[in-house]
Amino acid sequence: MKKIRCALIGSGNIGTDLIYKIQRSPVLEPAWMVGIDPASEGLARAREMGLKTTADGVDGLLPHVLADNIQIAFDATSAYVHAENSRKLNELGVMMIDLTPAAIGPLCVPPVNLRQHADKVEMNVNMISCAGQATIPIVSAVSSIQSVAYAEIVASLASKSVGPGTRANLDEFTYTTSGAIEKVGGARKGKALAIINPAEPPMIMRNTISCLTDDAPDQARITASILQMIKEVQKYVPGYRLVNGPVYDANKVQVFMEVAGLGDYLPKYAGNLDIMTAAATRTAEMFAEEILAGRITLRAVEPA
Amino acid sequence: MNLKGKKIILHDMCLRDGMHAKREQISIDQMVKVATALDAAGMPYIQVTHGAGLGGNSLQHGFAPHSNEDYISAVASKMTQAKVSVLLIPGLGTMRELQSAYDCGARSVHVATHCTEADTAPQHIAFARKLGMDTTGFLMMAHLNDPAGVAQQGKLMESYGAQTVYVTDSAGYMLPADVIARVQALREVLKPETEIGFHGHHNLGMGIANSIAAIEAGATRIDGSVGGLGAGAGNTPLEVFAAVCERMGIDTGVDLFKLMDMAEEIIVPMMEHIVRVDRESLTLGFAGVYSTFLLHSKRAAERFGVPARDILVELGRKKMIGGQEDMIMDTAMTMARERGLLQGAAA
Repeated sequence: MKKIRCALIGSGNIGTDLIYKIQRSPVLEPAWMVGIDPASEGLARAREMGLKTTADGVDGLLPHVLADNIQIAFDATSAYVHAENSRKLNELGVMMIDLTPAAIGPLCVPPVNLRQHADKVEMNVNMISCAGQATIPIVSAVSSIQSVAYAEIVASLASKSVGPGTRANLDEFTYTTSGAIEKVGGARKGKALAIINPAEPPMIMRNTISCLTDDAPDQARITASILQMIKEVQKYVPGYRLVNGPVYDANKVQVFMEVAGLGDYLPKYAGNLDIMTAAATRTAEMFAEEILAGRITLRAVEPA
Repeated sequence: MNLKGKKIILHDMCLRDGMHAKREQISIDQMVKVATALDAAGMPYIQVTHGAGLGGNSLQHGFAPHSNEDYISAVASKMTQAKVSVLLIPGLGTMRELQSAYDCGARSVHVATHCTEADTAPQHIAFARKLGMDTTGFLMMAHLNDPAGVAQQGKLMESYGAQTVYVTDSAGYMLPADVIARVQALREVLKPETEIGFHGHHNLGMGIANSIAAIEAGATRIDGSVGGLGAGAGNTPLEVFAAVCERMGIDTGVDLFKLMDMAEEIIVPMMEHIVRVDRESLTLGFAGVYSTFLLHSKRAAERFGVPARDILVELGRKKMIGGQEDMIMDTAMTMARERGLLQGAAA
């Protein structure tokens, strides 16, 4: 069966984990990995796994995009370079999946709004943040039943799973996730809290989601909606597990989740990284399925 | 050791750490009353914020009746000599909130991280310096990192711009030798002009002894709270500490009798429960658990029927840290299920 060929920008942990997930996909094929350091371990590993590589950044990939028929690119670099990467590749008709906090395209949480992005053939979608991917499905499951005045999420991450980029820019993580709880989750006001825990052995990612509904919560319907949503997320993140709840206290609904990764390249405790790569892969698959079925066609974005 | 004539800067926590002991329910009038009394007693720094600091208003940490901005503005406008400070924990508070606190009159900040995660604070520390604030890097739960590790984390905070680095005994777990080892390790690596501070909790009754030990090892700033109003068994009670300092000839610049009077007449009458070493707060100190977990655990115990001490010991075993208050209820529910007290399994 024909597969859609993908490029991975960024040769770090996220890019490497993406190779594993994309290789397993029936509709995607990892073709190129882009780095900036010729001595990078990630690039060497990618070559061993059969990918073509360049250490000249996105400019090193551009001459090969058409010949190698690259149609989807994943950007796992940084918010600072994402806009340029996206512009250059969009002009060649490559659709971008943004795993940085740049968020220049619409925010995407697969079980909540991926379908509408695919239908609109968005050429750049943003994956928000790990905490966003882990919690917004639950907020949406509640807000789809009745209106949510306020939603708050607490993400506890193992210290070893949080890279230098996130650490140096923790405010961006807070702003991006809080905003997405409102825009995608459907809460009128959203707040995101992050805690980095250094315990050894490393703790598996935990997330607590609390929603305040305007009216008394319809417990049976909300619980059913949450359990259904958890099943949807488990389709691409099998380690997405309900630990406690939903528990109700007046108008408050609380859900306690754990996210274990698949352990492809990243360790299992790093569910926060895994849910990003899994959601990004799921997003690419939906676009790929539509392209292969002839229902959508990616078009080059005219230079501005 | 002879500490005669040594100058120490005190920093009162009643209106920040004390918020925890009051379930975040302190009125603006009470804040102004306490701060005015502290100012009159010569207290140089007074911390005023939600217990969890800027951005603290949340389901996780409780909602105070007023915004941080309202509290800071009300207090700062009444101060004759004291500087108002705030707490900022990255991941919870942001630079936008720090700017807003500064605009309301805050001039000093504790930028706090867990004792191994200083590199989550560079942008906040740099921003505080840019605003011209007296800037502290505050290494919480410092018993969970060894002296060399604390020194290395403190050096990072100094490199971001922190003028003072604190050893923060959030769990009230440390003994004087633990404090001395960490302060000395910091003193060896920090620039001579960078100050060192100590923030104690009284869960093992060591607040005063630990603070004196810190000074002997080179600390020049001490946090505490008059009447000990703070999380767990409270902070180092500052009127007691001031009395000890006076006996030792350490110069704190505060008026001891005024602090004693306000402890008796203002702080103790404000307390909803007498803040002291009791079964649960002692458990915090013994098990090395974040002091703020105290009241949350008591509430979870009441709701799910698992004793607070059992919950706290389990949280200590799981190495939960400040900010993970959600894990208290989660742990209580899991324990209740294991004990057959809660039906309905997790999926």
